Amino acid sequence: MLKKFFSMNRNFTQRLGFGLLTLMAAMTVLPIVAVVIYIISQGGSAISLEFLTGFPRDGMRQGGIMPAIVGTFYLTVGTAFFSVPLGVAAAIYLSEYAPDNWLTRIIRIAIINLSGIPSVVYGLFGLGLFVLFLKFGTSILSASLTLSIMTLPVIISTAEEALRAVPQSFRTVSISLGATRWQTIRRIVVPEALPGIITGVILGLERAAGETAPILFTGASFFLPRLPNSVFDATMALPYHLFVISTQVPEMPFQIQYGTALVLIAFVLGMNLIATVIRSRARARRQW
Amino acid sequence: MSNPGNSTGTKSDLSWQEYIITRAIRAAGYSAVVFVALIFYFLLREGLPTLGEVSFSDLFALRWYPIENYFGILPLISGTVIVTLGAALIAVPFGIGTAIFISEIAPRWAREILKPLVELLGGLPSVVLGFLGILVLAPNLRILLNLPTGLTALAGSILLGAIALPTVVSVAEDALDTVPRSYREGAWALGATRWQTIWRVTLPAARSGVLTAVMLGIGRAIGETMTVMMVTGNAPVLAVTPGALFSPVRTMTATIAAEMGEVANGSVHYHTLFFIGMLLFIFSLVINVTASAVVFRSKKRAEKVLS
Repeated sequence: MLKKFFSMNRNFTQRLGFGLLTLMAAMTVLPIVAVVIYIISQGGSAISLEFLTGFPRDGMRQGGIMPAIVGTFYLTVGTAFFSVPLGVAAAIYLSEYAPDNWLTRIIRIAIINLSGIPSVVYGLFGLGLFVLFLKFGTSILSASLTLSIMTLPVIISTAEEALRAVPQSFRTVSISLGATRWQTIRRIVVPEALPGIITGVILGLERAAGETAPILFTGASFFLPRLPNSVFDATMALPYHLFVISTQVPEMPFQIQYGTALVLIAFVLGMNLIATVIRSRARARRQW
Repeated sequence: MSNPGNSTGTKSDLSWQEYIITRAIRAAGYSAVVFVALIFYFLLREGLPTLGEVSFSDLFALRWYPIENYFGILPLISGTVIVTLGAALIAVPFGIGTAIFISEIAPRWAREILKPLVELLGGLPSVVLGFLGILVLAPNLRILLNLPTGLTALAGSILLGAIALPTVVSVAEDALDTVPRSYREGAWALGATRWQTIWRVTLPAARSGVLTAVMLGIGRAIGETMTVMMVTGNAPVLAVTPGALFSPVRTMTATIAAEMGEVANGSVHYHTLFFIGMLLFIFSLVINVTASAVVFRSKKRAEKVLS
């Protein structure tokens, strides 16, 4: 009798616990879906050719957001220009060359730290080093350099993981055929790991495209009547523009705000989607 | 020996190339250390002069009002602490609960849906969450709780909790995944229910990884800038009572972001903002080094147990 009671009690506890955890997971995930659907439904009607290709007018209360879209594109490309070669090379070093010693451990701790530094502190650093010390000014160059250091840890760790996943036997065979270490890396290891590396790069750049704090004092501009001419010009950017029109401009029409938010999340989540597709297709095709 | 016209290159050409490339790759490998050092150097260089310009007792005072030369940073620190604690109260239970659900309970198809959705939350730009906070969350909180304004520490905590969640979920889930299956099988064989197994075996075995998840989530919350700047109301007042959760506050990160654009380079205010940045850097350094040390130690212990 007592035994039966306890076993029922156990099952009851389990059912209660599982129900609670399911509820928690649902409460974590459902708001995310709701947020995305809400922004699409509120901002969808703002999207038009004029909105995507026009300059802002009437103190940004009308017209389009083209300079912000182009600016975010420039910043993303600029970030990629610096962070991809450096990040991939660093990943190659850690996966293929680095000995297991204290120096390598320090490098790993440094990478973990880079990923934990608050984004606004990156902004301060960019201001101190690139804008003022190196005199690049508030510019696309300064902002891209700042963002590229911020994205480095993401690129390094995902690319390293992809490189490590290439079986050791591939390297052994290549070396035994007379290839040098670098030839092996360039012709065998990197091509095999390429989908994983690209995924890491896109995830890193996605983060750069959505960030505001690091570009606040290094390259973002409140409003520009024309597109930037060189890397030494400041630029408008989507996340900063959303910040400006939701806090700094009075009587801003909701439609333009939601429209801007929609374009920003489409930009960022589009990159995320591409990365996910590349990763899952490569996984499906992999033969080792 | 070397023949410049030959594109395949002779042996000495190759080793020369190999030498340069290996050097370049090694330099890239060291770059992370160089950047951390550079960041710290520039924060010190611009932040330490504060200690000569503002006396220690004025710096750790209760009034932040830079226009009249009040540089007390305690209100900002208290703002960061209260918003972060609130965020942790949300992100820790929900993050660990979701991680357990994904790794231990959910059927495969649910897992395949849940994981990308949590990643999606991690990918949402913080400025978008801040924007929704202003337009949707704050007005509703104001009406619901009958407050003078919805732009409060609470609004910041809720959104920061959402921002910290993906970090907590993914790190905690990794930790649960690495618990060997044999642990669970052992518990089941002894007659434990799945719930008892999770609670008494799997979770304790993943303890250090879960702890790391909590720490990294808190680190993420401390460093978040745009969202808190947009929704916490930006009032630099000391917040130490739980009631302060329902009033506007100002965090360290938001102060830097809001004020750096307007200060003169080299002024006391400029140096103080860098000083606050330096404190944030040190916080994140301590959190991340400790978190990685916990993982490192537990890995070693696991190796010992399994060998």
